[in-house]
Amino acid sequence: MTATRKIRVLIAKPGLDSHDRGAKIVARALRDAGMEIIYTGLRQTPEQIAETTLQEDVDVIGLSILSGAHTTLFPKIMKLLKEKGMDDVLVFAGGIIPQEDVPALKKIGIKEVFGPGTPTTVLIEFVQENIKKRR
Amino acid sequence: MFDERKLQEISKERQRWETAKVPSWIERHPERKNEFSTLSGISVKRLYTPEDVKHLDYMKDLGFPSEYPFTRGLHATMYRGRLWTMRQFSGFGTAEQTNQRFKYLLKEGETGLSIAFDYPTITGYDSDHPMAVGEVGQCGVAVSSLKDMETLFDGIPLDKVSTSMTINGPAAMLLAMYVAISDKQGVPREKLDGTTQNDNLKEFFAQKLCIFPPKPSLKLSTDLIEYCARHLPSWNPISISGYHIREAGSNAVQELAFTLADGIAYVESTLERGLKVDEFAPRLSFFFASHNDFFEEIAKFRAARRLWAKIMKERFNAQNPRSLWMRMHVQTSGCTLTAQQPVNNIIRVAFQSLAAVLGGTQSLHTNSFDEALALPCEDAVRVALRTQQIIAYESGVTDTIDPLGGSYYVEYLTNEMEERAMRYIDRIDAMGGVASAIEKGFFQKEIADSAYRYQKEIERKQKTLVGVNDYTVEKDWVPCKLLRVHPKVEEEQLGRLRKMRKERDKWKVKEALDKLHAEADKDRNLMPTIIEAVKAYVTIGEITDVLRSVFGEYRELIVV
Repeated sequence: MTATRKIRVLIAKPGLDSHDRGAKIVARALRDAGMEIIYTGLRQTPEQIAETTLQEDVDVIGLSILSGAHTTLFPKIMKLLKEKGMDDVLVFAGGIIPQEDVPALKKIGIKEVFGPGTPTTVLIEFVQENIKKRR
Repeated sequence: MFDERKLQEISKERQRWETAKVPSWIERHPERKNEFSTLSGISVKRLYTPEDVKHLDYMKDLGFPSEYPFTRGLHATMYRGRLWTMRQFSGFGTAEQTNQRFKYLLKEGETGLSIAFDYPTITGYDSDHPMAVGEVGQCGVAVSSLKDMETLFDGIPLDKVSTSMTINGPAAMLLAMYVAISDKQGVPREKLDGTTQNDNLKEFFAQKLCIFPPKPSLKLSTDLIEYCARHLPSWNPISISGYHIREAGSNAVQELAFTLADGIAYVESTLERGLKVDEFAPRLSFFFASHNDFFEEIAKFRAARRLWAKIMKERFNAQNPRSLWMRMHVQTSGCTLTAQQPVNNIIRVAFQSLAAVLGGTQSLHTNSFDEALALPCEDAVRVALRTQQIIAYESGVTDTIDPLGGSYYVEYLTNEMEERAMRYIDRIDAMGGVASAIEKGFFQKEIADSAYRYQKEIERKQKTLVGVNDYTVEKDWVPCKLLRVHPKVEEEQLGRLRKMRKERDKWKVKEALDKLHAEADKDRNLMPTIIEAVKAYVTIGEITDVLRSVFGEYRELIVV
């Protein structure tokens, strides 16, 4: 990977949840910070998200969910990424995700879970630092 | 409202005060900001005087409650007579669980029901559809067929309650189920009281739970308006919703303007069916958010009533005074709730609901303090309901009508809200109406821009959010156990659905679906056929699949 390549980020909305205000704000903020953003739009299945990750060759995935379906959908997404050999992609999540679920999500490879009220500057730093470590 | 000589005197005195008193005070005590503005960006002056409302004509612009232009309220005695309906949006897990929550809320003094359906139900999938995995009962109650709806209303007589349903694409199906239950309970259909949200237009840019493309979506909304006008005279077939527009990120002016623009589109679409405006307009209802900016929200509600009355009178030539009424439900704004120090949300909700009451709402939902974390627990819901009861019975604000009417600031803001909203409506008209504005991505872009701007202002600390960007604490205190929907709910629901499919009359199901297909092909009003279908226990997924095959499916226009 060349040093000049922009960080490529997929912002994804798994499941039927239609709350996309946060996902769009995160997408814009990361774009304004110089990253390349691919936004999936709503109602993505785990298979679609894994496929887009592969096709778009992204470095980072941001999963946004507010419906409570994260306990079912996130493990599926992480399993598919692993099967497709993409477990080196940095994955973070945001939305309405109870604290008590976070340890289990980290265990399956989600690097961080951000709750409501997180400043976008925190996300930008998180992505930049973690990608720097990996490159 | 003021005589010219008095105004000149006030103006002179104001200038004197501004040069003699203000600068020296500011020198010693600088103001907190260089510029003050409302959340919609209307700049706010230090002081409002009669000069700011000098063109206000009492009879023309305010009038009397229950009379045109309804600025001061819809009813002659407002809350001195009947309070607003206390209606808490609720639903989770199975139909039994939500039935219990309904009964709990009624026991605690709620005066109307409001159903939250889960994602599969609102997007037209049965609980056993692959897209429903993990979502069943999570964000609302799972309803796949009349069987579930029967459980949901077990022991609740439909002639004793009014029920609101947040349902759009499948609105006809859920209303059909409600009708089926009323038939079983022996309640005459003309007595059915309640509301189906059925506002499919805002789905394309706000709530985003679209199923079908815009044209058939508008057709389905219109079907219900037409059917109710003819057969369910006490039912509100539509709740034209600004709430989701606001939650998606718009400001108050945009919320007001886009909602009324949608309203215009529904009136036009129903007129095209050959109904006269006074045959259906009295039953159009509205739904707004109440956000943090107290006075701006009050001004928004007052302006909304006045503007809608003008539109109905001048644009659509409505004659029946009730056609000019904007009856509204208000929900305190979910997006203002903070996950940090959640108890603070009780205070936010109290101010927001007070604004709704001072704005003259007919119905109110108050959010629970734990809703930035989860669906509300029983204790939190009770506090939310108690907030309404305290405003109603303790604060005294309900004892006189429109107590802020005549406030220089509130009247000024009411005028501003109306003018700014009207400018947007003119722009939307110039684009060819709501449908073309949706196709152009106009609303989507406007809303996303506002949402981003709001977020940036918080991050730059131009706006203080208590507990989020200031006055933070290390550890939050949550005084209740958060509600979790048990994963077993999905399993139970699937079992029930399997059993129902086995027990129902398969021939009747097939017959109903074939008929639906034929009627949809012929572009008929689908409501009667859908009532027959749900009575045969045809599921929401099965009905929606037929309609998908005829109407096609919507593909999201992505605007970031």
